[in-house]
Amino acid sequence: MPLPAQAGLGFKPQHFPAIRDIKPDLGFFEVHAENYMGDGGAPHAMLSALRQDYAISIHGVGLSIGGPTLDPAHLARVRALCDRYQPDSFSEHLAWSSHGAEYLNDLLPLPYTGATLDRVCDHVDRVQEVLGRRLLLENPATYVIFAQSEMPETEFLSRIARRTGCGLLLDVNNVFVSCVNHRADPLAWLDDFPLDLVEEIHLGGHDEEELPSGPLLIDSHGAEVAQPVWALYAEVLDRAGALPTLVEWDNDVPEWPVLHAEAARAAAMIADRRQHAAAQ
Amino acid sequence: MPQRSDPCRDVTPDFRAALAGGPVPGCVTASDPDEIARRFAVYRNNVAHSLREALARRFPAVRRLVGTEFFAAMAAEFIAAHPPRTPVLQDWGDAFATFLDGFPPVATLPYLGDVARIEWARGRAYHAADATALPTDRLTDAEPLRLHPSLRLVPLSHPAVAIWRANQPGRDGKPRAIGPQIALIWRRPDFDVSVEAISPADASLVHALMAGRPLAVAGLLTDPVPMLTLLLRDGLICEHENSPER
Repeated sequence: MPLPAQAGLGFKPQHFPAIRDIKPDLGFFEVHAENYMGDGGAPHAMLSALRQDYAISIHGVGLSIGGPTLDPAHLARVRALCDRYQPDSFSEHLAWSSHGAEYLNDLLPLPYTGATLDRVCDHVDRVQEVLGRRLLLENPATYVIFAQSEMPETEFLSRIARRTGCGLLLDVNNVFVSCVNHRADPLAWLDDFPLDLVEEIHLGGHDEEELPSGPLLIDSHGAEVAQPVWALYAEVLDRAGALPTLVEWDNDVPEWPVLHAEAARAAAMIADRRQHAAAQ
Repeated sequence: MPQRSDPCRDVTPDFRAALAGGPVPGCVTASDPDEIARRFAVYRNNVAHSLREALARRFPAVRRLVGTEFFAAMAAEFIAAHPPRTPVLQDWGDAFATFLDGFPPVATLPYLGDVARIEWARGRAYHAADATALPTDRLTDAEPLRLHPSLRLVPLSHPAVAIWRANQPGRDGKPRAIGPQIALIWRRPDFDVSVEAISPADASLVHALMAGRPLAVAGLLTDPVPMLTLLLRDGLICEHENSPER
């Protein structure tokens, strides 16, 4: 079952008591797959309890789909987790994070060429085959580009989705961060992106540095969603309609009310969009 | 899986080398090429910072004992020597205690490795498998007893339980014990992980029970009642699984 077209939040264990007591009206919670790969204890107890009341999205950060090889042992762990919780969605990133056996714990960029396209498609096929479910692939936040890239990111993602049948996860903050960093127009990026294949949206906060040529934005997930990202999100809703929308806040995580207010803002924008669509 | 030949060459080896301080690969560029180093530094910082923070979350008392700045430098050395081999970061860091034992800059803090041993064992206990407590009235016919998968005995050369406790949030950092200690570490039914120093006699009792010895034999050296009381109170004597692990 797909995620409901409502606002959701990234789950943080410190918020569990508040969620249990308040039972907030949210469409779903999302968890990072790798944090639930222990054998037992509190993480599984909390996720099992959440699963009773909410739709669940499992979001992987360690499969390294954009890297040279997939780790079959890690893919088996992801499969066991999906088998156990039967999430409403599983998503991963267009990025690499492992080099050989070494895990680098960051989402690193890849060139967009015919050869890397073939490789990523092989990996997406393999993941979908092993999991027995569709994958949503997320657009990255990038700080550099590759001289050998042969196509824009939008075309690369579009071709992966059309070839493998996977869905797309549109991270609106990543679009904004990458476009500002590469001095490109986010609206033009959206023009070229297959919004009809998007099944989930991510919103998150970013940091800003200043370079001689202009700003350098860093995808930090450590702050409120920035105003221009909300504006870009409104544009996405106008173009694509209501979509499941996650607010991520992974570093310097605030108290529950602050995080919940961010989700409420997204929920209000989705509701507005629905009313507007109904009135037309 | 068939490997296709990659005409643009795999970027990951050069990129990885550059993350560790090597030159930024020639294929990496930017809208303003003069800024490539500043931009690439974001990846370098992300990798270094995220791994350092992951290690600090796992070893908070070690960090408090050496201070945040020193911990960061020490973590960088550890990460270079023992990078994670799995995306499951809770499984990374078992080599940290031994690394600290042999790390010359902390030779004046010889107990640091033992504090890391406690913190590592706490993490393992936190994520250990679940098991159902055995009802007390079935204790006698359940031998050999199965102890909870989270239970760990950690022998320490230093009073590291006292040092660890004194360096928990809100404590003054001053331990009140001397000499070697044995740590018993377990997960309570409320999922919090407990750490207690126990006597050598109690440790041999737990050790014997872990090895599957009958209570009558395991309890020969000491009065087993206090330890059994603790084990029963926190649900650490468990139902056997349908397919025993042994």
